[in-house]
Amino acid sequence: MRYLPLSTDDRRAMLAKVGVADIDALFADIPETKRLGDLMDMPRAMSELSVERALAKLAAQNVAAGSAPFFLGAGAYRHHVPATVDHLIQRSEFLTSYTPYQPEIAQGTLQVLFEFQTQVALLTGMEVANASMYDGSTASGEAMLMAHRLTRRRKAVLSGGLHPHYAEVCSTLARFAGDEIDRCALDPGAEENLIARIDDETSCVIVQSPDVFGNLRDLTPIAEAAHAKGALLIAVFTEAVSLGACRSPGEMGADIVVGEGQSLGNPLTFGGPYVGLFATRAKFVRQMPGRLAGETVDADGKRGFVLTLSTREQHIRREKATSNICTNSGLCALAFTIHLSLLGEAGLMKLARVNHANGVDLAGRLAKIPGVEVLNQHFFNEFTIRLPKPAAALVEALAQRGIIAGCPVSRLSPGHDDLLIVASTEINTDDDRAAFADALRAAL
Amino acid sequence: MNNQGRPTRPVETAAWQTKTFTGNRGLDIEEPLLFEIGRPQTSGVDIDEAPDFADRLGAHARRGRIGLPGLSEPETLRHYVRLSRKNYAIDSGLYPLGSCTMKHNPRLNEKMARLPGFADVHPLQPVSTVQGALALVKHLSHALMTMTGMKAVAMTPKAGAHGELCGMMAIKAALMASGEGARKVVLAPESAHGTNPATAALIGMTVRPVAAGAGGMVSAQAVRAALGPDVAAIMLTNPNTCGLFEREIVEIAEAVHEAGAYFYCDGANFNAIVGKAKPGDLGVDAMHINLHKTFSTPHGGGGPGAGPVVLSERLAAFAPVPYVVEREGKLDLVEHAEGQELGRMSAFHGQMGMFVRALSFILSHGADGLRQASEDAVLAANYVRACLIDLMSAPFGDRPCMHEALFDDSWLKDTGVTTLDFAKAMIDEGYHPMTMYFPLVVHGAMLIEPTESESKASLDLFIMTLRDLAMSVQRGEVERFTGAPRLAPRRRLDETRAARAPVLRWTGAADRT
Repeated sequence: MRYLPLSTDDRRAMLAKVGVADIDALFADIPETKRLGDLMDMPRAMSELSVERALAKLAAQNVAAGSAPFFLGAGAYRHHVPATVDHLIQRSEFLTSYTPYQPEIAQGTLQVLFEFQTQVALLTGMEVANASMYDGSTASGEAMLMAHRLTRRRKAVLSGGLHPHYAEVCSTLARFAGDEIDRCALDPGAEENLIARIDDETSCVIVQSPDVFGNLRDLTPIAEAAHAKGALLIAVFTEAVSLGACRSPGEMGADIVVGEGQSLGNPLTFGGPYVGLFATRAKFVRQMPGRLAGETVDADGKRGFVLTLSTREQHIRREKATSNICTNSGLCALAFTIHLSLLGEAGLMKLARVNHANGVDLAGRLAKIPGVEVLNQHFFNEFTIRLPKPAAALVEALAQRGIIAGCPVSRLSPGHDDLLIVASTEINTDDDRAAFADALRAAL
Repeated sequence: MNNQGRPTRPVETAAWQTKTFTGNRGLDIEEPLLFEIGRPQTSGVDIDEAPDFADRLGAHARRGRIGLPGLSEPETLRHYVRLSRKNYAIDSGLYPLGSCTMKHNPRLNEKMARLPGFADVHPLQPVSTVQGALALVKHLSHALMTMTGMKAVAMTPKAGAHGELCGMMAIKAALMASGEGARKVVLAPESAHGTNPATAALIGMTVRPVAAGAGGMVSAQAVRAALGPDVAAIMLTNPNTCGLFEREIVEIAEAVHEAGAYFYCDGANFNAIVGKAKPGDLGVDAMHINLHKTFSTPHGGGGPGAGPVVLSERLAAFAPVPYVVEREGKLDLVEHAEGQELGRMSAFHGQMGMFVRALSFILSHGADGLRQASEDAVLAANYVRACLIDLMSAPFGDRPCMHEALFDDSWLKDTGVTTLDFAKAMIDEGYHPMTMYFPLVVHGAMLIEPTESESKASLDLFIMTLRDLAMSVQRGEVERFTGAPRLAPRRRLDETRAARAPVLRWTGAADRT
């Protein structure tokens, strides 16, 4: 077996040193009746070539997004990732290192995390950010729990524009913790009155912008109303590139900002691994979940970085920890940071502008199709259309014609069968958008 | 021949403190922060200008600057390559972190995860366009169930702790469904990973500690004494955090089940027993599997992981959405609860990128290779233990361990050297230290997990190094330890300062003292 360096002779010599006759003597603590005599019922070892053949066969049964005009977003976005990013994250020293618990020999990872935290704080308009969470949805759940700890209240108000998966993650956590959720009905037109739902029991209001339907929302009045009742505003985003064109949640008064960072540096990969972004105000940092890198000096006075404020974390605090999280999304955070370093402010703003231009262009084309209505007034690169036919069947029909058309709202949450969420990033060409519009016109 | 008088041997000099103009030391190059070298108008990405258009941002358009620096492409490469060189990694040396299973990360797995059919697939594509992705999830699920002897698996948890949460939620859901929702106590030994009590707390349960016996194991008797009608579950790591297989695990499982509770097994140490025993045969109801440990998806400097949870028949119905089913010969996804599903753990379908890598690892090894890997991991740990036991002290005597060897610090008593000092001296010798001060039940613990990936020569050099260090302790060479490391990119860092006045982001030179 190519991965196992020990030879039969090595094993014999090592067993002799240990002082046992055979390997099974080392497994003697397993009750005898429970020890496996035979090999497990699985195939035997395979060569690299054979594994490659087997997996390539499975991969070939999928339609890769790059092979079709592609307009699907709804929480995960296809962007162009510079080749430099994937090369750098495969450096052995990043890829095959552990959590930086020995800072003297992990300054690479620690400095990257410090850079990541700074970038996330700047992008969201917040004071501090952590070193990443699993993804945007779990970060939302953690933000809700953090708000409960800060306010000592246990009711969260969820906007009907919040991605239904994110809302379900929050509801699941709440159900098992015994907390209350006030979840608004799906709100494609951004018409809900969240402010009326905030009361003295409310710990937090969770609002997404751009929301799952693509609407840009003004969070300022919601933040003000929440603060007036002693509640916190949690702002969510799923498209990080939007922050290059839109006002930051921090500017609008958010207390905690969480988001999905996949758009920068990370491929779609069927939903994971992604990278959860989590930022807040400095005064709340001791209730923040997840790892934090901080600056310090070494014994010679040189600047260095360490994991810090770990008394919040499970390995120190155990049942009193701010979260049970241990592993985060280190390598995806690295990809995010490298991509954003390459872009810089000028590049990010330009990328955002191209995304917005493509979204506006597509919305214009689709709006001209008889029977199609674009619901959004203000949006970034994603919007929702109302169709005269059920969206799911149309998407399937267009997929058969080689076009991935978007996400039927009914896929995310039963109901609203006639609504389709459509995204157009920088990867789409004019030809792609024209092909989509033509195909949709024909299918209707 | 060297006939020009150029010296070909280093000149013998006394030890001298290297002082260089740049602060660099040969290949060890000091690297500023991105924010100190980047410029706002610089970009390493060329993007075509957007055409003129009427924007639809309204009052939502960003007005001020963000403050993000940019780098050209060559600067970016150099910055992150230089940073990478300040990290220790499995690819550069033995990484004996106990409980972390730092084994070889095959590059085939990286290549497979990057096939466009896996990497460039959106989680919400029509299921007709992702049949291969669903088949991969199904294959991996089947392999995990086969290896563990369990009836079901929840694939969506994103890491070990998230898997724990999922498993414990399934247990709570099952209890609520049978009218036993009042059970709110979780038994856990004091040697448990910190995630166990933290997870219990997240779902509104409290932990009742179970003392381990003198031998480092939990006895069925102690569990029986702690059980009661208020107990929902036991959370037990097996093999445990002391590197031992819980000998009374079957009796413990029986006692737990008789009391109407469930058995959650922390599967962090599954690497020791793959192909040797199945958790399902031992009475386990739920166990997370850290794909980034046992199945070698890379640790990536702290993630991403993946934590699928295998479930017993009693818990299968409570697995979260989404999951893969077969309908009329096609694979499909159940994305909205149809019955007793506990809810949703995360957006989308789990850590697909990690699933591809794990399945690649499993297929490469096969049933024979997986068993051999476990045997080699256990053999390597025992070999290290046997070669050090005369110099260092083991808390539970001279007895075999599973895949990790545990030492305490009683052999360091009155030497002036602590576990931390010893670990830091290993850095100067070119090794990543072992896990220190965990498990908490052992004083000054040193937990060594060499894994199956080391050659005998590599293990022997590691052993000789630790022996040399141990003898150095005996000789009273305290400075070798207390001042260590001296040869790493940084010496010991001031963690107290970092925590007292936290600096968690760059704020600009003007704000700095």
